[in-house]
Amino acid sequence: MGAALNPVRFAGRIGARNDRVVTLGLTGHALMNFATASDSSIKDRWTKRHLLGLEYLTADEITMILDQAAEFKRLAAQGETKLSLLRGTAVANLFFEPSTRTRTSFGLAAKRLSADIVEFTAAGSSLVKGETFIDTARNIEAMGVDQVVVRHSTPGAPHLLAQNLKTSVLNAGDGTHEHPTQALLDIFTIREHRGTLKGLTVALVGDISHSRVARSNIWGLTKLGARVIVCGPATLIPKHVERLGVEVATSLDKILPELDCINLLRIQFERQRGGLFPSIAEYAHLFGMNGDRMKAAKEDVMILAPGPINRGVEITPEVADGSHSVILDQVTNGLLIRMACLYLLNPPKPSLTTN
Amino acid sequence: MTTTLIRGGRVIDPSQGIDTVVDLAIEDGKVVGIGTSNVTADRVIDAADMIVCPGLIDMHVSLREPGFEEDESIASGTAAALAGGITSVACMPATQPVVENRAAAEFILLQAGRAGLANVFPLGAVTKDCAGEELAEIGQLVEAGVVAFSDATRPLANAEIMRRALEYCGMFDRPIFNHPAVPELVHGGVMHEGYISTELGLRGMPAAAEDISVGRDIALAEVTGGRVHLQTISSRGSIDQIRRAKAAGLRVTAEITPHHFTLMDDRLRTFSSNYKVDPPLRTEDHLTACIEGLKDGTIDAICSDHQPFAPEKKMRELNLVPFGVSGLETLLPVSITSLIEPGHLDWPQLIAKLTSGPAGILGIPKGTLAAGADADVTIIDPHVRWKIDAAQFRSRGRNTPFDGWEVQGRARTVLVGGEVVFAVS
Repeated sequence: MGAALNPVRFAGRIGARNDRVVTLGLTGHALMNFATASDSSIKDRWTKRHLLGLEYLTADEITMILDQAAEFKRLAAQGETKLSLLRGTAVANLFFEPSTRTRTSFGLAAKRLSADIVEFTAAGSSLVKGETFIDTARNIEAMGVDQVVVRHSTPGAPHLLAQNLKTSVLNAGDGTHEHPTQALLDIFTIREHRGTLKGLTVALVGDISHSRVARSNIWGLTKLGARVIVCGPATLIPKHVERLGVEVATSLDKILPELDCINLLRIQFERQRGGLFPSIAEYAHLFGMNGDRMKAAKEDVMILAPGPINRGVEITPEVADGSHSVILDQVTNGLLIRMACLYLLNPPKPSLTTN
Repeated sequence: MTTTLIRGGRVIDPSQGIDTVVDLAIEDGKVVGIGTSNVTADRVIDAADMIVCPGLIDMHVSLREPGFEEDESIASGTAAALAGGITSVACMPATQPVVENRAAAEFILLQAGRAGLANVFPLGAVTKDCAGEELAEIGQLVEAGVVAFSDATRPLANAEIMRRALEYCGMFDRPIFNHPAVPELVHGGVMHEGYISTELGLRGMPAAAEDISVGRDIALAEVTGGRVHLQTISSRGSIDQIRRAKAAGLRVTAEITPHHFTLMDDRLRTFSSNYKVDPPLRTEDHLTACIEGLKDGTIDAICSDHQPFAPEKKMRELNLVPFGVSGLETLLPVSITSLIEPGHLDWPQLIAKLTSGPAGILGIPKGTLAAGADADVTIIDPHVRWKIDAAQFRSRGRNTPFDGWEVQGRARTVLVGGEVVFAVS
């Protein structure tokens, strides 16, 4: 229990309120929605230094993150929104590619855990002056950062940082490779509504080839026992994708009655200009989720979208704002997932627990 | 008059069909001949248990000078060649400026002479600035000493230009070396298109891009009667087509690199830039075809496709780093380890692909131990096991996928023009 107590003592310096928070996290597993009946806290069992992708996590590790997020959600519902778990630590948000939602979500998650947050944007940075990506990250690390959240257009960029930095690295999206926290929040949202992923049929609809959200969802969903179907124009489905353990469909209407959850990936208009499908209108006609298709779907179908959504393209407003949509739940849960990731990956600091 | 005797080695000279334990006599920088001689030599090199062969030829090397000396110079590149047992290199014209005229070609030869290490045979550009649009001054380049023509890593995309280049070079009986790829199919690609590229989200380069280009070049070789040499082939489709073209008597030759018959696309799972090569590392099916092509003679030569890069150029995001590996110092040991050890090739076959094979394509009087030939000799220790250490490279490029590999065999002593220019201490 020694390591597990660190946050307690650490938090204990800050106040009784936070003390209680962590004590609940450690001993109140009976109260947690999805916690396992383990004697030690989730953090105590966590061993990974980086979060580079769901490919590299076991089903158990994915569940640990979901459980930790559930615990944070329970605390938030009790009004415990500001926790001291990461006080004295610093998180750098390194965004080499534009992002609103993920960046804000990570920033707020760090603040909710009382970490300091450093914001970095590629535009106007030393990168413009020719500094390399690794040097930029090393400089920010040298300022005393404990965790680096990185978004980059190149697959493997977070791996490159993980090899070159001493901090924990959290992948906030690397090109068309992975976006683990997005998939975790998608999976969390489904589990929250359905209790389990086992036996559910989940469709990922849209541009599978260029989607990091799709890849991370495929790894996560299949590891947790869901049946996954990828659906989209043949030009946007990558070769040999079935070897990832998914089924392939090019007709949404055919698979619609089987689906428990439909995750509508964003269509990027530049793909149409690249000749990958004929027109936005044709895409919406064949793959857009609309009122008519809702009628053919299961009564309790869940509609997810990683956003930002193109209303009228992959999803019509009546579906996006309808009763089956959990799009805003996803955003809420994203904050909790990112809190869980930051918390679990932050290495314990024995030096702070003296006295 | 100085004489050297290389005593008691297994002399393998595919150009003459020789594979026997015998002495090799050298006088005044030329080969005198083989046999058990009683000549009292000025110098005797004991080669017992060693392989004695013509100095190796690497027909696909980028020396980077002039213009990219941060990556390599002619001096550092030729020093790396000798350390790898290579006594002659053919260097690509994609320098800055491009080798597209006589002055540029003569500069390469001048610098090679100043370095005084390995022999350098420059290639000239097929088109001005390797841009694929207008033919370079091919006739004057030939007069300057250029042995063949290539636009280096830039595929000759325009079939009409390729056709005219083959016709024009035919006047000088020089080959066109093409990097076979359909640019629009590989544009933006980082690795082989297949399951692994899907898993990693990395843009793929389909094998079809190479197959289509190889098919086109074979058709143009037939139309023009010209000599087409296909650089760094890597796909099953290429090899099948080249095999048929050779059977049909067309003047088509091909080369391959050690990484293409040793490594596969799953290496990219590390996201290490040392596995980013063009053509990309492919799958087992293609690798098996490459080895078959080596065994049955479809592939004439093994080359390094030496692409040295300064560390700062390779220590970047995978989509930004340039393609290529620093290969001069690993060409021989990796070939021995991947081809001789598993029994894919025997020694004379391997030595042929590193000597007489490339010499024939380049049309250079090297790669032979015939009497009167330049005494370029590589003495190989075929038994030594050692570990590749990129930090010890003579090349400025440390970008190798083989760093830390346990390999078998290396060049122990290297002679150029009868003089010992490299020896393992």
